[in-house]
Amino acid sequence: MKRINVLQPKALLKVFAVLVPLLLNGYGIAAASTEQLPSVSRNDVAAVPAVEAAHGAQAAPEEEKAGDVIMHHILNNREFAFPPFGRVELPEIKVGGFDISITKHVVMLWVVSAILLVIFSIVGGKYKKMTPSQAPRGLVNAMEALVEFIRTDVAKANIGKGYEKYLTYLLTVFFFILLCNLMGLVPYGATATGNINVTLTLATFTFFLTQMAALKAHGIKGYLAHLTGGTHPALWIIMIPIEFIGLFTKPVALTIRLFANMTAGHIVILSLIFISFILKSYIVAVVMSVPFSIFIYLLELFVAFLQAFIFTMLSALFIGLASAHEGHDEHEAGVASH
Amino acid sequence: MLTSGVILLAGSLLSPEPGLIFWTAITFVLVLLILKKIAWGPILTALQDREKGIQSSIDRAHQAKDESEAILRKNRELLSKADADADRIIREGKDYADKLRADITEKAQSEAKKMIAMAKDEIEQEKRRALDVLRNEVADLAVKGAEKIIKTALDADMQKQIVNSMIQDLSTKRN
Repeated sequence: MKRINVLQPKALLKVFAVLVPLLLNGYGIAAASTEQLPSVSRNDVAAVPAVEAAHGAQAAPEEEKAGDVIMHHILNNREFAFPPFGRVELPEIKVGGFDISITKHVVMLWVVSAILLVIFSIVGGKYKKMTPSQAPRGLVNAMEALVEFIRTDVAKANIGKGYEKYLTYLLTVFFFILLCNLMGLVPYGATATGNINVTLTLATFTFFLTQMAALKAHGIKGYLAHLTGGTHPALWIIMIPIEFIGLFTKPVALTIRLFANMTAGHIVILSLIFISFILKSYIVAVVMSVPFSIFIYLLELFVAFLQAFIFTMLSALFIGLASAHEGHDEHEAGVASH
Repeated sequence: MLTSGVILLAGSLLSPEPGLIFWTAITFVLVLLILKKIAWGPILTALQDREKGIQSSIDRAHQAKDESEAILRKNRELLSKADADADRIIREGKDYADKLRADITEKAQSEAKKMIAMAKDEIEQEKRRALDVLRNEVADLAVKGAEKIIKTALDADMQKQIVNSMIQDLSTKRN
């Protein structure tokens, strides 16, 4: 506690000199530090993880590590913690042997859905009343900018003719992912898109839409011909498995890109905060943890938009490539470039 | 060393959760359907309507511009034609007036000449008549004088003949 005043350059240099070896082999210290965490929880910025850690420490005082706390934050579970006010246990539901419990991420999905429905019922209502000559204002205008962006720059640019059919999906998936990403940056929130099951489900929708678009554009015969890669029948034994696997790489790439991006950012933020707890140092908190985690947080805000955009953009691109005639070469190029 | 190893080894990041997949699918499809009904439909219709409105406004503006340009061109043509017409009419009027003036002058001159000639004739006639009258008068006077003389001295007829021949001589000499 006395060290808070020691902010002279010389002292800082000393701190960094001590910090580097600690970072390299401080595992033992980290394990020891977590038991004393409640005593340093007066730091406001780090209060939330500190209390989290404190809960964890009470549950398993001997084995609690920073990694476990971070994992607890990122992973799905059946409780909603509102430190320091307490937590809500979510119900466990099992139907026919399947576990369909309402978990933290399911609740976040519902919160996101509720927000989306509220926003867009307001916006949609305004549009129903509006005549074409009236200009949109406020929230309606903000939403229109995004909708128009998805419509022209994402859907129209990548799908081309007949893009209107896919707009419903693309718009929904964009706003859904965007809001899921942003909700993870709100206190007490969780990132549903940081769970691979959620992103896998969304990518599966894109996969089915892509296959439907390909079937509709080429017919069953053209679709099957596409699987042979247009090569000589002697090569089919190699080409068909390769093309078949190729069908699934696109949704898998979508799944992992979104999930990894959202998870990684949170792990980085939490790790930066935990450095100050592990080292039990206010200086590290002020000099490193807080500024760096704020920086990563701002970066995460950007990434939230970016990943929602990329998911939508790639969905549109895959649909466009699948429905394009003469699409094989472009399709290879498109996958390679991403 | 801190967390990455733990996280990677934990493996729970990639663990499948059928319940979450189920709820995600249900939630997403429901949100999609509801949003399609309440938001995307009206918004996209409004956007398309506005796009069409703007396009038609631009088209109309272009059309109006073309029309006004055509009208302007026509006006210019009419104006230049009117200018030419006016020029022609003025020139024609001038020509006509010139011709008319020349005609009138000529006519007046010829008229004047004619009148002068007529006046001369009349003067001549009058002169001749006056001369005749004078001649008769003079003859009468001479006759009367001669009568008086002859009555006193001579044969009247003889004397008259002499006087007449004398007058004849006079007139021929005068003329």
